[in-house]
Amino acid sequence: MVKSLGKRLDLCVGCRICESVCSNLYFKEDDREKSAIKIEEQDGSYRIIACTQCGACVDICPAQAIERKKNAIIINKKECIQCLSCVGFCPEGAMGYHRDVKTPFKCISCGSCARECSEEAIFIVREEEA
Amino acid sequence: MATWQNEDLAPIKEKRRLLQTISYEKGEVRRGYADQILSIDLTKSQIEIQPLSAEIKSAFTGGRGFGLWSLWQRATPKTAWNDPENAIVISCGPIGGVTQYPGAGKSYVVTISPLTGIPVDSNVGGYFGPYLKFSGFDALEVTGKAKEDVILFIDGDKGIITLETAPLEEVNSHLLVDQLTRMGADSWKDQQRISVVSAGSAADHVKIGLLNFSYFDLHKGHIQLKQAGRGGIGSVFRDKKIKALVVKYSSLQGNSNASYDPKGVERLGLMMHREIREQDEEQNSMRKKGTTYLTGIMNDYHLLPVHNFKFGQHPKAERLRDTAWKKYFTPLKAHGCWYGCTLGCVNFVEGLLLKTGPYQGERVVVDGPEYETIAGVGSNCGIFDPESILEVNFYCDTYGIDTISFGTLCGFLMDLYSQKLIDQTITGGLELSFGNGAAQLELLHQMAKGEGFGVIAGKGIRALKEIFVREHGVSPSYLQDIGMECKGLEFSEYISKESLAQQGGYGIANKGPQHDEAWLIFMDMVNNQLPTFEDKAEALHYFPMFRTWFSLVGLCKLPWNDVVPEGNAEEEEPNKVPEHVQNYLDLFLAVTGKEITSEELILQSERVYNFQRVFNLKMGQGRRSHDDLPYRAIGPVTAEEYESRRELYDQELKENVGWSPSGKTTIEKIKALREHREKRYELLKDAVYKRRGWTEDGIPTLETLKRLGIDYPDVVEVIRPYMEKM
Repeated sequence: MVKSLGKRLDLCVGCRICESVCSNLYFKEDDREKSAIKIEEQDGSYRIIACTQCGACVDICPAQAIERKKNAIIINKKECIQCLSCVGFCPEGAMGYHRDVKTPFKCISCGSCARECSEEAIFIVREEEA
Repeated sequence: MATWQNEDLAPIKEKRRLLQTISYEKGEVRRGYADQILSIDLTKSQIEIQPLSAEIKSAFTGGRGFGLWSLWQRATPKTAWNDPENAIVISCGPIGGVTQYPGAGKSYVVTISPLTGIPVDSNVGGYFGPYLKFSGFDALEVTGKAKEDVILFIDGDKGIITLETAPLEEVNSHLLVDQLTRMGADSWKDQQRISVVSAGSAADHVKIGLLNFSYFDLHKGHIQLKQAGRGGIGSVFRDKKIKALVVKYSSLQGNSNASYDPKGVERLGLMMHREIREQDEEQNSMRKKGTTYLTGIMNDYHLLPVHNFKFGQHPKAERLRDTAWKKYFTPLKAHGCWYGCTLGCVNFVEGLLLKTGPYQGERVVVDGPEYETIAGVGSNCGIFDPESILEVNFYCDTYGIDTISFGTLCGFLMDLYSQKLIDQTITGGLELSFGNGAAQLELLHQMAKGEGFGVIAGKGIRALKEIFVREHGVSPSYLQDIGMECKGLEFSEYISKESLAQQGGYGIANKGPQHDEAWLIFMDMVNNQLPTFEDKAEALHYFPMFRTWFSLVGLCKLPWNDVVPEGNAEEEEPNKVPEHVQNYLDLFLAVTGKEITSEELILQSERVYNFQRVFNLKMGQGRRSHDDLPYRAIGPVTAEEYESRRELYDQELKENVGWSPSGKTTIEKIKALREHREKRYELLKDAVYKRRGWTEDGIPTLETLKRLGIDYPDVVEVIRPYMEKM
């Protein structure tokens, strides 16, 4: 089973509750810059930026600190040498980086944001592994 | 993850004998410096730790600067490469070890070269330099000579340094480095925390030996070797009976340098990662092709050395283009030679089946090939078979042989052989004709075995010229014209005939003709951006100084201009890549806390560069005549060369010399062109020396030394005999 965050851009109303849920859960503060999901407004509609679990970061990490685990791709903070290659090379621009946070951070498909999304614009997708 | 064990190495380890060991307090690295130097005297089996003074840091910055300063203290004017006081110094500089900015893991090695008798500096990737610094040392200097083969182990985790005999370890690098990496590691993944410096069996017998610097590629699960190739440093290493230098460091972090502004370093690094991701594929595609992309370009512009630098182009060079190598390369993931280098030019070939030599029949990993290897051992020798080049590349690395010197000297021998100026009675039966890959490999194996003509060839082109004149009556002036060495170092692999600025870049280079000082061919020849002598002299001031700076701070040159920001072409001086220059100023400030301007950056280099020039003088060289080039670097020596580009040369005679070539013989035309071009090269020297603040004899003036603040009494003493003429 591989989990990822599904997105329905047409349903997003830009309330940004997802960002708030994420940063509160992982950093204990309400700061969208520390959220692993980001909502960006573009010409009146919204883009939802979050990890697709594609694995580009796994390949680019020279320290093999990023691994594909059962549910999602996760960063092993102990192994991370903060080179930020994963941040620079994420095709979605979804690898989180904040100057006050030591290592990059990312969406691990926990689903907390999806549960709070009243518009059901985000949801957890489960795919059988090929 | 591969299965891993190291118990098989226990019997080898048991046979070691401890010569010396010390424990040390690891100081904290602060703002890019550890403020300590590790000194090893092999004769006395002595290990010492010395403080690094603020004055030395300020004057020499780091890397090559520290290496030259350290070597200067040891070397007298009489010091030969194989004297015990000759030092091998390794240092990575203050920015070295940054994990965020691409290309920040270079080590620089300095020694008195067996080929040139003057200091050589060579840069190399791999993890050794940064791990050395984070283990507590800005530089490692090794002097003296051991009585038997030794290994130095720096345990940066525990703060223990040991010097041991190593009778049973392999000598050839691909095996030795595997042994030492596994021996030092506690687990499979722990192998990434080890880096080894080694040479190989050929470095025991020849003067073109190199050093391999290792790192463990986690994605591929095997060791990579990067080469400090130029100038025979590996030969000095083996003459000192060093089998290997090993460092272990396990606590690498993003801010192991304890930078002044770590977030500033992160900002710059991230900017470059994004730029590389967006630009590399549509620019040079270094991430996929490495330096192999150069082969096609050089061939297109008549810059690829063919048949001992006679020609710059060959129809068969198509076989050596990047597209030809693609099928051999293993698709790579993260592949920088230091953490966080997303330009990742490293390529390698897995499973090459060796057809010759002691490992015949085995499948091996080949690091590379790089452009210089393809051009040197390939096209320059008339060899256009990728698999032959790969096999030479593998053996050169494991034997500890510089592919550039090997390729260039092999081309020289093949040139002489094809003209019947040397024959099989001299080559010991080797048929060294252009294109004979088997003979080239045999020559290489002889170097490793220390037998046959290989040992003579391995003395380098300068020594070969003397031998051929003295023992075989070959014309010395002809050998001077076609033997592609300057100061005793073999040329790197670019045809400089049509670029006067590049002739200066090669001829005036401190260590000898290596392109890392200046590569001005496109600016000069293709884009005609340097029309006057003054323009060329300015470029031959700025670019060598700018490039020298990389060697002081621990950076790789490639992320400077092998990828450029979008819109760089619209900059006023696109060749300088102004946005990247600003990155470097910002990066130096962010790491060291010292704010410098672009002028001060050049000044940091000028200090070291001029110091090196005076060092050459100290060793009895460093004057105008030492910047002379073989004529083949300047123009066509033979009728065959002239005729290959007759239109171009005829036009030059007509338009630039004011001499009509019509009705003249090729020999007459060669002579007229030669007079013009040699005169032009001398005028270039004048302009460059003037711009650099040197005398007409190529010696930095006292005023220059004072301006740079390197007018130390012992430095001034070296130029004093020439001061009256200033």
